[in-house]
Amino acid sequence: MLRTILAIIAVAVGVSAVVAQTDPIATRKALMKKNNEHDRNLRQMVRGEAPLDATKVNEAFAQWGDTARQLPNLFPDNSKTGQDTRALPKIWETRSDFEAKIAAFGKAVADNKDKAKTLDELKVAYADVNKACDNCHESYRRPSQRQPAAPKQ
Amino acid sequence: MRRAMLALLGLAVLGAGGFWIVTTPSRVSADSLPAYTPDLANGKAMFHAGGCNSCHAIPDEDDRTKLGGGMELKSPYGSFYAPNISPDPRDGIGSWSEADFVTAMWKGTSPDGRHYYPAFPYTSYQYMKLEDVRDLFAYLKTLPPVQAKARDHAMRFPYNMRRLVGGWKLLNLDEKPFTPDPTQLAEWNRGAYLVNAPGHCAECHSPRNGLGAIIKSQRFAGGPNPDGEGWIPNITQAGIADYSVGDIEEVLTSGATPEDSVGGSMVAVVRNTSQLSKEDRAAMAIYIKSLPPIEGPKPPPEAK
Repeated sequence: MLRTILAIIAVAVGVSAVVAQTDPIATRKALMKKNNEHDRNLRQMVRGEAPLDATKVNEAFAQWGDTARQLPNLFPDNSKTGQDTRALPKIWETRSDFEAKIAAFGKAVADNKDKAKTLDELKVAYADVNKACDNCHESYRRPSQRQPAAPKQ
Repeated sequence: MRRAMLALLGLAVLGAGGFWIVTTPSRVSADSLPAYTPDLANGKAMFHAGGCNSCHAIPDEDDRTKLGGGMELKSPYGSFYAPNISPDPRDGIGSWSEADFVTAMWKGTSPDGRHYYPAFPYTSYQYMKLEDVRDLFAYLKTLPPVQAKARDHAMRFPYNMRRLVGGWKLLNLDEKPFTPDPTQLAEWNRGAYLVNAPGHCAECHSPRNGLGAIIKSQRFAGGPNPDGEGWIPNITQAGIADYSVGDIEEVLTSGATPEDSVGGSMVAVVRNTSQLSKEDRAAMAIYIKSLPPIEGPKPPPEAK
């Protein structure tokens, strides 16, 4: 199981490295979308709406760790606008603080990935990682300018 | 000619005098407050619903109960610096009376009789129930005192003339208490109260006119971010028709949207709304989902 996960990560990193060179905005958006999906899985476990699933927990932490590693390279100077990016110009104005926040996210993920075996442990680990996500989003991400889809009841 | 000039001068003096009179800051007197034992648990809920620490906590300080102020709020009129509202008797509100606090929240007037700028959203807090304001005051007094005097606002002329805010208030404060809608369920009314009074959601989620007042006909329809970059979303059904009540509740609980997650100042808002009761968040979501569709101003096309 572990080898499969490692193999998947290796391929994903390889593929991402190629895509990242050509379209950093699309790559980082895709990473964030995946982050959100994993976040939703763990959120449901923490709230008792879904059973604790070690595979999903490991997948989440693996993908988040991958994100932390890739992010610093996904904000080159030519990726400030386009494709409705939510990256704020501030990223390039206070670049070292931005990268420090990515590093803090990476650390939160690394520190907690082996400490989420029981539900109680997961609650602590999940809160820790979420805090790091929020810290960066608060300073460097602008509100979404989404166009609404069809109404839902 | 000379008589006309004198007449004009006389009118100007009368006008200025009249302006001075009508912009006298109004106060709530201590005598008007009946005896009351505050409810600290409700005070804490009001603290989170009101989002006080989003502006008043020391910037970059981990402990968000240290309300020493100092955060800069940029605006088209200059920069505001949030004051210290910790219970420190010298630098904060520790020596304020209850009537002082109610006056600030409802009338936007300081204990020494000056107008507050509406960057402090008393235009929303004016609708808070008296008990909720008193509970909030009692809760604030339990937080740690912080010794730190925040710097004065840096307002451009003529916005640095506080007395002018008196005129603005005449146009924009309606002095009416929050009135529940008897045709709606209690949960909807609770949501309407939380969103419009302590929550002050419209203060960011609405466009403003040239004098900085919310454009009433486009309330909640989004607009330029009043304190920074970007565009604040339209949260009427013209903006979030595809969000269910559950989706809206999730935003207030964790900041997660169906697509990804909130950013900017909304992160600080969620830090607070996540501390409310599930029932209160559900009520807010029900109310927000009921907002009829209103088209707001369109964000500028993205720079390429």
